[in-house]
Amino acid sequence: MREVFHKETDLHNCTGVLLPGGFSYGDYLRAGALAKMSPIMPAIKRFAEQGGPVMGICNGFQILCETGLLPGALMLNKNLRFISRSVGMRVENSDTVFTKHLWQGQIVRMPIAHAEGNYTADPETIRQLEERQQVVFRYVDPVRHDAPNGNPNGSTNAIAGIVNASGNVLGLMPHPDRAAENIIGSADGFPIFLAFAEAAQSATRVEHSF
Amino acid sequence: MKAVVTVELKEGVLDPQGQAIQQLLAQRGYSGIDEVRVGKRIEFSLATLDGSRAETMLSEIADKLLANPVIERFHIDLK
Amino acid sequence: MSSVYSPVSLDTALSHGLTPQEYEQILEILGRTPTFVELGIFSAMWSEHCSYKNSILELKRFPKSGKRVLVEAGEENAGLIDIGDGLAVCFKIESHNHPSAIEPFQGAATGVGGILRDIFSMGARPIACLNSLRFGDLSHPRTAQLLDGVVRGISHYGNCFGVPTVGGEIYFDPSYNENPLVNAMAVGVVEVDKIIKGAATGAGNPVFVVGSSTGRDGIHGASFASEDLSEASKEKRPSVQIGDPFKEKLLLEASLELARTDALVGMQDMGAAGICCSCSETPARGGTGLKLDVDKVSRRESSMNAYEICLSESQERMLVILKKGKEHLAKDIFSKWDLHADEVGVVTDDKLFTILENGNVVGQIPADSLVLGGGAPQNRREHARPAHLDALLSFDPTHLPDPDDWNEALLALLKSPNIASRRFVFEQYDHTIGAATAQGGGASDAGVVRIPGTQKGLAMSVDCNSRYVSVDPRRGAALAVLEGARNVACAGAIPVGITNCLNFANPMKPENYYFFHESVTGISDACVALDIPVTGGNVSFYNESASGPVRPTPVIGMVGVLEDVSHHVGIGFKEEGDFIALLGSIGPDLGCSEYLAVYHNVVAGAPPKLDLEANLRLIRLLPELAKQGIVRSAHDLSEGGLAVAVSECSLAGNIGCLLTFPWKEQVVNTLFAESQACALVTVSHEQWPALKRAAEEHVVPLQMLGRVGGELIAINDWITLPLELARDLYDNSLADSLGL
Repeated sequence: MREVFHKETDLHNCTGVLLPGGFSYGDYLRAGALAKMSPIMPAIKRFAEQGGPVMGICNGFQILCETGLLPGALMLNKNLRFISRSVGMRVENSDTVFTKHLWQGQIVRMPIAHAEGNYTADPETIRQLEERQQVVFRYVDPVRHDAPNGNPNGSTNAIAGIVNASGNVLGLMPHPDRAAENIIGSADGFPIFLAFAEAAQSATRVEHSF
Repeated sequence: MKAVVTVELKEGVLDPQGQAIQQLLAQRGYSGIDEVRVGKRIEFSLATLDGSRAETMLSEIADKLLANPVIERFHIDLK
Repeated sequence: MSSVYSPVSLDTALSHGLTPQEYEQILEILGRTPTFVELGIFSAMWSEHCSYKNSILELKRFPKSGKRVLVEAGEENAGLIDIGDGLAVCFKIESHNHPSAIEPFQGAATGVGGILRDIFSMGARPIACLNSLRFGDLSHPRTAQLLDGVVRGISHYGNCFGVPTVGGEIYFDPSYNENPLVNAMAVGVVEVDKIIKGAATGAGNPVFVVGSSTGRDGIHGASFASEDLSEASKEKRPSVQIGDPFKEKLLLEASLELARTDALVGMQDMGAAGICCSCSETPARGGTGLKLDVDKVSRRESSMNAYEICLSESQERMLVILKKGKEHLAKDIFSKWDLHADEVGVVTDDKLFTILENGNVVGQIPADSLVLGGGAPQNRREHARPAHLDALLSFDPTHLPDPDDWNEALLALLKSPNIASRRFVFEQYDHTIGAATAQGGGASDAGVVRIPGTQKGLAMSVDCNSRYVSVDPRRGAALAVLEGARNVACAGAIPVGITNCLNFANPMKPENYYFFHESVTGISDACVALDIPVTGGNVSFYNESASGPVRPTPVIGMVGVLEDVSHHVGIGFKEEGDFIALLGSIGPDLGCSEYLAVYHNVVAGAPPKLDLEANLRLIRLLPELAKQGIVRSAHDLSEGGLAVAVSECSLAGNIGCLLTFPWKEQVVNTLFAESQACALVTVSHEQWPALKRAAEEHVVPLQMLGRVGGELIAINDWITLPLELARDLYDNSLADSLGL
């Protein structure tokens, strides 16, 4: 594993790309808007288009949407405030490279921490996402799973995470990285990283062909 | 009638967003941009046709709500 | 000397807030009349905010040393405590009260930014933030707006910078109506051999300003923080500084990267009094001088002169002293992080702070004469005990009628703004960033964060019950220290040190100064008893408005260490059937209680009994119980007493409880007395004997109260409260009553 600085232009034979959270460029203008102009982004775009596994968490998800690697946009939360809390998510599709160690319908708990996580897309895009099972995670109340207040930020259809049509790019607002060991409150995110690491390991090294 | 209230930072007040945009654009090859400042544009559709009444009302709204008079100023365009 | 500035006279000095005596002192130091630039610098550096001139003689009474202390308070920006394995923790709390009263969002945001720079300018990576806030009465028209702005400002800056905010406190009282208190605390960790000094050494070494360009922000902010808030000061609005958390993050990464090279000599952040403060403090610490050429400072606005450049409080700037010949190493790092760096001067050996503008010397002052511990004034102030305290202290609450319905009384307390859940607030702070937060966001007495790369954890808490302090400052301030210590101990940590933010009114009034003087004594007494040092902090005077002074509010920031973070303990009840026990004993401590305030509308009576020994025993016992895995939850008694503490444990654990007391009298004390040195713990059936043994060993009274379980909070036949009803009130009443 290595860190690639945003000013670099190639991915050094990486076989998986993780875009972490964290207020790139201070979220100025729009979350992810300035980061999409980073020198590294064209390489990430090529990597994704060639089928390499890419996962964007929180700000990473926002960047993926801004870049067009994932459809839709993340608008300001419904309550117009930053929300930092532990949420529940139902696994809607366990048949992706990222979710194969989770099961369909499983409820996982992890924190959200964002001001712009209100997933929005035009109705046609939403219909396609739902139809093609690209909605991977949906918010639910962590205690009473069918309670109406499970959607923390106003996302359309309570969408918390989606994959692209070919299934190799995942974006989600909740933080599996902050829920990967019990000492910090939940280990529910760990299986996602395990699956991601396996996907990266088995991926062919696409980068060298550039 | 339509009215547009533009809210912007007062001269001399630091605009971190504008600076970040300007700096990034310079790095990405857009030269000759000396400064970028970010503001807000708020559009109103008004029932009244009385321009001066509308302006008085909107100045009050802008002063009390839309702008933070500590750091921002505003101007009103009636169309 | 250049003559483009107006000539200086006593009147100029007075208009800068200096006193005639101080002006005399300046004439004596310089042996001549100061230039206008020099006068501005003296006025900023000798302001209360920078010089601590009316507090420093008192602050010297704090215990500062200890076996874990690596850097004592006052030597650097913040004290340093050794936590083993080559690591040290540094922490500090600072006020941004006056800027927040004028512009709550930016005032609070830049308060967070300032305290973070204090930490990372020492080479430490910030790993947690906390804050302590005081606002006016809920019905006051500005309260909701101020709270909303302050919380958004803290949220904006801390979240964007990327440090978890893991704890805090908020209290409401009409005395803060016009003058809210906004105290921000930051905690960082540094490898002992990577500590950055705030000293300019080595004549000939170049001096850089790194980070944001300099604008007219906050010119005379330091002096502004040292005046009473008046209608007139609201007009001084151009003073407001704007925070840029993204730039600060870049500064952080660049600073820490620079600390790993051999190019760095010293570093100091720029806060109050901006360039002139850092350019006089660093040579004063290094026993050197510094020559500054203001023309080389990047400016955001045109036609700024030396006076303005020296005094500007533009945020996100650092003064960096590099080793001559190694500048390129630093420049590469700055450019990697897109930071602007200007070489603005050089270290000299003449012990003078020299200011050049257009090639002319516009100021030359012995660096040492400007700073705290050097030539800055140190005044002993008179203190006089206010006469009204006797009546307050002798108030006897026992003659007050008991409530007809204990349930109603408890509900009233649970929705009291001083007790109700702060969820609405802390959900706006990112408390999980860094993936190291074991406890944060409300479900504990203290925030607990793992130290990256280790198994150790830090527990931290901010505390002050200003109601106690306002009636008996010595006892109240000591109780604030003990409350902090109990909080980190409940979480499983051993207290290692405190920082404090001492918020008081105008120090020139002896009756105000009495509270300050007595609070210093109380804090010292408690620290000596606990054998922990005061590692630094901040004094904020002049917290008053036309309607009077704020309550004296000495906020304590407590830090404790867990050798193994996995031993941390939360407040929430865990398992059905667990025993609930009380450690310590409850006495008739109703004076100054939340119960008296909420139910009888009375703020009087002696604050709870201060028993240093009993506290010490409890504070030693609690981490031991955590370490041995004996207790499943722990929560100390504080505002609202046992009934509120038990409710909080039930709500946090989402499970009810049944408590039984074998007596029928003293119900009001049992439920609502705020006896100190008490904690509620839960243990499994199997661990009960171990708890008993440990309590006996530590000579802490132990009493079995009942069991965890069900969906009711039940205490004898006094309290029967459905958990859901309590939750609804507890969770929502703060936001509801603020209309937010």
